[in-house]
Amino acid sequence: MIRNQLLVCAGGACITSGEKSVKDVLVDELKKNGIEDEVQVIETGCMGACDLGPIVVVYPEGTFYQKVTVKNAGLIVNEHLVKGRTVGELLYTEPTSEMKAQTSGDIPFYTRQVKRVLRNCGVIDPLSIEEYIARDGYFALGKALEMTPDDVIRVLTDSGLRGRGGAGFPTGLKWKATREAKGSPKYVVCNGDEGDPGAFMDRSVLEGDPHSIIEAMAIAGYAIGAEKGYMYVRAEYPLAIERFEYAIGKAREYGFLGRGILGTGFNFDIEIRIGAGAFVCGEETALLRSIEGKRGTPSIKPPFPAQAGLWAKPTLINNVETYANIPQIITNGAEWFRSVGSAKSPGTKVFALAGNVQNTGLVEVPMGTTLRELVFDIGGGIPGGKKFKAAQTGGPSGGVITADYLDMPIDFDTLKEIGTIMGSGGLIVLDESTCMVDIAKFYLGFTVDESCGKCTPCREGTLQMYHMMERICDGKGRDGDIEKLSKLANVIKDTSLCGLGQSAPNPVLSTIRFYEDEYRAHIYEKKCPSHVCKHLLTYSIMPEKCVGCTACARQCPVDAITGEVKKTHVIDQSKCIKCGSCYEICRFSAIRKE
Amino acid sequence: MRMNLEDRLKENPELKKQFDALDTYIGKLASPEGSLINVLHRAQAIFGYLPDEVLEFVSSRLNVPRSTVYGVVTFYHFFSRVPKGRHTVSVCLGTACYVRGGNAVYEKVMKILGVKAGETTQDGRFSLDLVRCVGACGLAPVVVIDKDTYGRSTPEKVATLLNKYA
Amino acid sequence: MKSLEELKRIKEQTLREMDLRQAKERGKVVVAMGTCGIAAGAKDALMAIIDELEKADIHDVKVVQSGCMGLCDKEPTVEVAMKGQPAVIYGDVNDTNARRIVREHVQGGNVVADLVIKRENI
Repeated sequence: MIRNQLLVCAGGACITSGEKSVKDVLVDELKKNGIEDEVQVIETGCMGACDLGPIVVVYPEGTFYQKVTVKNAGLIVNEHLVKGRTVGELLYTEPTSEMKAQTSGDIPFYTRQVKRVLRNCGVIDPLSIEEYIARDGYFALGKALEMTPDDVIRVLTDSGLRGRGGAGFPTGLKWKATREAKGSPKYVVCNGDEGDPGAFMDRSVLEGDPHSIIEAMAIAGYAIGAEKGYMYVRAEYPLAIERFEYAIGKAREYGFLGRGILGTGFNFDIEIRIGAGAFVCGEETALLRSIEGKRGTPSIKPPFPAQAGLWAKPTLINNVETYANIPQIITNGAEWFRSVGSAKSPGTKVFALAGNVQNTGLVEVPMGTTLRELVFDIGGGIPGGKKFKAAQTGGPSGGVITADYLDMPIDFDTLKEIGTIMGSGGLIVLDESTCMVDIAKFYLGFTVDESCGKCTPCREGTLQMYHMMERICDGKGRDGDIEKLSKLANVIKDTSLCGLGQSAPNPVLSTIRFYEDEYRAHIYEKKCPSHVCKHLLTYSIMPEKCVGCTACARQCPVDAITGEVKKTHVIDQSKCIKCGSCYEICRFSAIRKE
Repeated sequence: MRMNLEDRLKENPELKKQFDALDTYIGKLASPEGSLINVLHRAQAIFGYLPDEVLEFVSSRLNVPRSTVYGVVTFYHFFSRVPKGRHTVSVCLGTACYVRGGNAVYEKVMKILGVKAGETTQDGRFSLDLVRCVGACGLAPVVVIDKDTYGRSTPEKVATLLNKYA
Repeated sequence: MKSLEELKRIKEQTLREMDLRQAKERGKVVVAMGTCGIAAGAKDALMAIIDELEKADIHDVKVVQSGCMGLCDKEPTVEVAMKGQPAVIYGDVNDTNARRIVREHVQGGNVVADLVIKRENI
C-alpha cells in the first residue's frame, strides 16, 4: 500500500539543475530503507518555480522541498519519510518575513497564480493517461461529441478566448471560418514552434500535460470537420516530442484517437512534425510549408489558412496555450472562462518570467494583472538591490514596458497601445544596469539571423538597421541616425510580407520612444549611461584611491597602464582597449568606469 | 573519380548498415507526403551530418527533386552539411541568457576553443553553436554540451566544464 | 473506450490512486513517527489507518506523519483533528486500536475514550 507520493518536477530547468540524479538518489534511499513499496516516486511536468529547482513535493502533507541536491536528497527519505521530521534546510524561506514555507500554498509565487492552462503541470504524471482522465480529462471531448459542431464553436465564441500565440485573434471566429470554408479534407494544426527567446510555456504544457492538447485538437477536428491533425514541435524540445509521441500512442490505445471515437462516427488522428530550427516557422503560413516538408517561407494573406492552408486545403491553426484552454471551456462553459481576466481579454495568460528578477519561472495570472504584481509580488522584485528599469514582452517582435506603466493592467490591447505586444508571453525583466540601445541591437541581431530572405525590406532593411545600431554602440553614431532608424523601421513594417518582418523593427521603435535620451547619449555624447557598450566606456584611475600595488599594470593585456610601485598609476587612453580587466582585478576600487 | 554509391556500399559494411537503417525508416512512414524534414532529421541522426550521397539517396527514395532537398537542408539551421565534432557545445544567447551575461560565456568558449559558432575545432573534439533559447531561462546563462544542460554558467565555470569532455 | 461510462470508471479508479495528492478538507490524522514511535510500532499504526480509511471509502481526511510528540511512554501516538472539533491524542495505538480510531472517531464521530491521553482545551 502507498502511504506517500513524492512528486519530482521534471521540467526543463529542474532537469538542468540535476533532477535525474536527485530522483535516482530518492529511489535508492527508499530501497535502502525497505520502503520502496510504500512510497511512490512520480516525475511530473514543470511546477513553474524554475529558480528553486530541483523541486520535490511530498504528499499527503504537500511539503515543498526546493533546491534539492544529490547530497541532501537522502534527507527527504531518512528524515521526512522514515522519521516523520520535516527537513527544515530544504524548505523555501520567504525573503522578507524569513518564514519557512511548508507547502506551495505558503509561497507568494504560487498563491497569486490562477492555474488553468497549467492546472495539471506538476500535479499529474504526464505519462499517465489515467491521471489525466482522473482530472476530468477527455470528458470535454465526450461532451463536445454530444453537441453539434456549431454549438461547440458557439461556446468558444461566447467565451471570448483569443489566440495565445501573439496577435490575440478571436479563436471562435477562426474556427467558424474554417468550418464554413469550402474544400476537403480539412486539417487541424497545433503550432508548437515556440521560437520567441525567453518563452517556454508551450514546452511546459507539452511536457507536463500532453493529453490536454490531444483532446483539444480532437475537439477542433470535430468542430471544423477534420479527420487529421498535425502537431508541429520545434526540434529544440526533444523531451516534449518524446512525451507527446507517447501520449498520442496512449490516446490511440484508449480510443480517443482513431476511428469511431467514443462510440460515435467521428474519426481523428494526429501526426507529429518536427521543426528544424527556423524562427520564421512560428509564422503560420511558413509553418504550414514546413509541415509539407518544404522551406519555411511565408506566403501572403489572404488567402488565410482557414481558406487555403495545408496543401491548399482549409486549415485551423492555433498555438499550444490556446488549445490548452479549450477542454476546460467546453467542460465549464463560456461564463466560467470569462469569470477571470479583463472584458476584452478574458481568461488567464501564462508568462515566462526571466531576466533580472528574483523568482524566475512560469506564472499563470488573470489577464489584466499589472506588471507590478508580476515583477514584485510574484517575481519577488529585482535581485542585488538594483532598480527596476523596464520589462520586455513579445521577444524580437515586441517592445518594452517602462516603470511608468507598472500599474497598467496587462492584456492584448493595453500592450498594443504602448507599442509592444503580448507575444507568446515571454517577460524579460531588465534592471537599471541594462542599456536599452544594446538590448534593441540584440533583438535586431536575432531577426537579421532569422529573416528567411524572401522579402528585401526584411532581409536587407533589418541588416542596415543593425549596422546603424552597431555604429551607435561603437561610438560612431551620427547626427540624424535616430530619424533614419525610425524611417527605415517604418518602411520595413509597411512593406514586409509576414509578421516577422512587420514586427522586426518593434524593439528599436519601442526603445526610441521611451529611451531616446539613451540613444542621444550614445550618439552625441559618445557615452553609454548604463556602462554596457564597451567602446563608449572610459577607464581611469582615481589617484586618491590608488595605492600603487601594480596589480592592474600586470593584468593589462596591452600594457596601457604605467606607474611605479607604491605610486599612483595612469591609464594611457590611446592604448586602452577597454577590456575591463583592470577594473576586475583592483582590490581598492580605484578604477573608475564611465 | 568518386565511386558510385553501390560499389562503395559493397566495400564498406558500416556505411551499408547506415543506409539500410535510413531505408527501413522511410519504408515504414505512414504518409511519405510532406515527410522530407522528418526523414532528414533521421538521416542526420544516423550519419551525423548530411553529405551529398545522403541527399541523393533521400531524393530518389522520396521522389523529391534534389534541388528541393538541398533547398530544405540549407534553409534550416538544424541540418549540417559538414561533420560535427565529437561534442557539441551550444551557448544560449536567448534574451534571458544575454541579459545575465551569456555573451561573456560565449566569448570565453570562443577563446578556449579557438573557433566561432558553426565551426569545429581542428582536432574534431568540439563543435561550437549559438542557440536562441533552450527554455531554461530560470537558470540563465545556460550552456548545453551534447545532451547535458548546465545552468548559471560563468566564464570560469565553463572552462572547467569543457575539460570534462574528451 | 466506447462510452462516457467507461471514462467515468477510469476516473474514479485513478482518483483513488491519486488520493494522497488531493486537498483534504474534513480533517487530519497525525501519526507521530519519531524514532521511539517507530520502534513502538507507529508504522503498523500508520498502515492500518490508511488501510481502514480506504476500506471506509473516506477520502477527505489527510494522513500526516510528524516527528516525536514527546510522549515516548505512550507511543505510538496518533492525533485526530477533525474540523470544528477539538483535537484528540491517542496513545498505545496498535493495529487494532488504529482501526478502532478510524471507525469510531473519524467515521462515527465519537471519541474513543479508553485510548485518549490528551484532549485539546476549547
